[in-house]
Amino acid sequence: MDNTKFRRLFTILIVLLIITFFISLSIGRYSNDPLDVLNTLFSRAGWKEGSNPIMDNIVFYVRMPRIIVSMLVGAMLSLSGAVYQGVFKNPLISPDLLGVSSGASVGAALAIMLGASLAQRQITAFLGGLLAVSITAFIPKLFKNRNNMMLVLSGIIVSGFFCSLLSIMKFVAEEQTELASIVFWQMGSMAKVLGKEIVAITPVFIICTTVLLLLSWRINILSFGDLEAKSLGMNITQIRGIIIVCASLLTASSVSISGTIGWIGLVIPHLGRLAIGTDNTKVVPITVVMGALFMLVIDTLARTVSTAEIPLSILTGFVGAPLFAYLLYKQKTLVE
Amino acid sequence: MLRKTQTSLQLKIEQVSFSYNGSEEILKSISFTVNSGQIICILGPNGIGKTTLLTCLAKLNSPTSGKILLNGEDMSLIEHRTIARNVGYVPQTIAPSFDYSVLEYVVTGLAPWLGIFEKPKEEHYQQALQALQKIGIEHIKDKPYTRISAGELQMVSIARVLAQKVQFVLMDEPTSHLDFGNQLKVLNIIKEMAKEGYGIVLTTHNPDQVLLLEGKVAVFDRERQFHFGNWSDILNDKLLKSIYGVTLKICEVEQVSRKVCIAPRIE
Repeated sequence: MDNTKFRRLFTILIVLLIITFFISLSIGRYSNDPLDVLNTLFSRAGWKEGSNPIMDNIVFYVRMPRIIVSMLVGAMLSLSGAVYQGVFKNPLISPDLLGVSSGASVGAALAIMLGASLAQRQITAFLGGLLAVSITAFIPKLFKNRNNMMLVLSGIIVSGFFCSLLSIMKFVAEEQTELASIVFWQMGSMAKVLGKEIVAITPVFIICTTVLLLLSWRINILSFGDLEAKSLGMNITQIRGIIIVCASLLTASSVSISGTIGWIGLVIPHLGRLAIGTDNTKVVPITVVMGALFMLVIDTLARTVSTAEIPLSILTGFVGAPLFAYLLYKQKTLVE
Repeated sequence: MLRKTQTSLQLKIEQVSFSYNGSEEILKSISFTVNSGQIICILGPNGIGKTTLLTCLAKLNSPTSGKILLNGEDMSLIEHRTIARNVGYVPQTIAPSFDYSVLEYVVTGLAPWLGIFEKPKEEHYQQALQALQKIGIEHIKDKPYTRISAGELQMVSIARVLAQKVQFVLMDEPTSHLDFGNQLKVLNIIKEMAKEGYGIVLTTHNPDQVLLLEGKVAVFDRERQFHFGNWSDILNDKLLKSIYGVTLKICEVEQVSRKVCIAPRIE
């Protein structure tokens, strides 16, 4: 089998991720010297005396949390995209196109307006996301139309509706405080990320990713359609349910931290398939690492390219949209 | 709970009726038995319920009344996984959404034999490869199954049902979309499978295939009447007329030393 190819690619991606991690840790407004970072790391580890307390603070409380969260968010969005595409047997969808992101946004915005905690915000985001994906999946059934495009259209309907809901909420929100924090959060920024965000999303990431890795081969079978999956003895309702809940949890958690970040959940799974093939036992792990790497690069650019922060969605759009056009060109069969 | 009344390998259909959500009955009190090593062809006009019958046999649909016994056990009490270890279903068309390789597709036939969190290992890929070898198409194992011919795709789905290690195989129009050469290839494979002990039920729109396969025949005529028996006993010009509404003749052709079913000259 081409397991060697998979291992090689996986190792390369991990190495790239580690390198990017250190580069990203080294660049920023305060200091661009990798040696400063190394000194700080070594003194934390106790291998070196006398550190610069400002640098220590910047590395461990400013840059590090942000880097970790951006990697997690990238991994979560990409993985959920890959998984949704598999279980809905439609390579043209993503968490945003299915309406999950906007549903989760409405949930999260509601929590922000009510002044709820981060954990509560994750829960309402999850409920909103799950509600949205259920409606999206229900509409094609209602019209008895299982065409790929129908699901995409249904997603557009649902996300349009939830976007309007979000606008209403912004409209009625109290201008100085609530509105400001909703807008800031929704633009998709990692700028205010602290340690508590890591604590909030890491368990979701670990649990859902583990479950999805374990079920990755079953995603192949679900992508053949209900009849075939059932004839192969699968309990489709149960397994698909578990997979959709996990993917929605991943999307919702990332939305509750950094708002809607477009494109990544659509593009990275395609890139992963292009690199390693279609088998989800390989696509799932590759997508996780690729998504983390992609988001880390994007977020590093967002905070370093100009003096002002660039919202993430702008950058993912600039990179993702042309990339997706290229991928569509490579895989013409997708839209036929 | 489950009680084994018979040990022989048998799929027994007892007084099965079926309708979709209480609308008109598609299957009306149908009974017949599939034994291992037997080929049963289902004939009938379009939309009469041939596919529905097959899906009931695989528990993809549940009969509204009557029951189906798999080796003596009531199928409605058996879980899907167990059924999938005994009964394989080859759908008429597969509509691929992703370009899995042929081998990746065939290995999913082993799904009912693997734990829910288990992934296929080297040995399972070997078994899938053996199934491809048996059909004689191992040379396409690495091709995307979206980019092979209709004939190859049909053989790939038969290979998957072989990998599934079942006793009964249900095939929905296995020769539709195939050119004549591939049709005969598939019929040969089906006959070979029956010799190895598979019990096979298939639907077809070509009554001549019944004569080629020489098995039993299950017939829905246009009045939804069900007939079942040996092809040589029940298949005649009158029954054919009642199925298709046109004149068809069964006659002996010396050159091929068999009976054939053909249409008369068009005036």
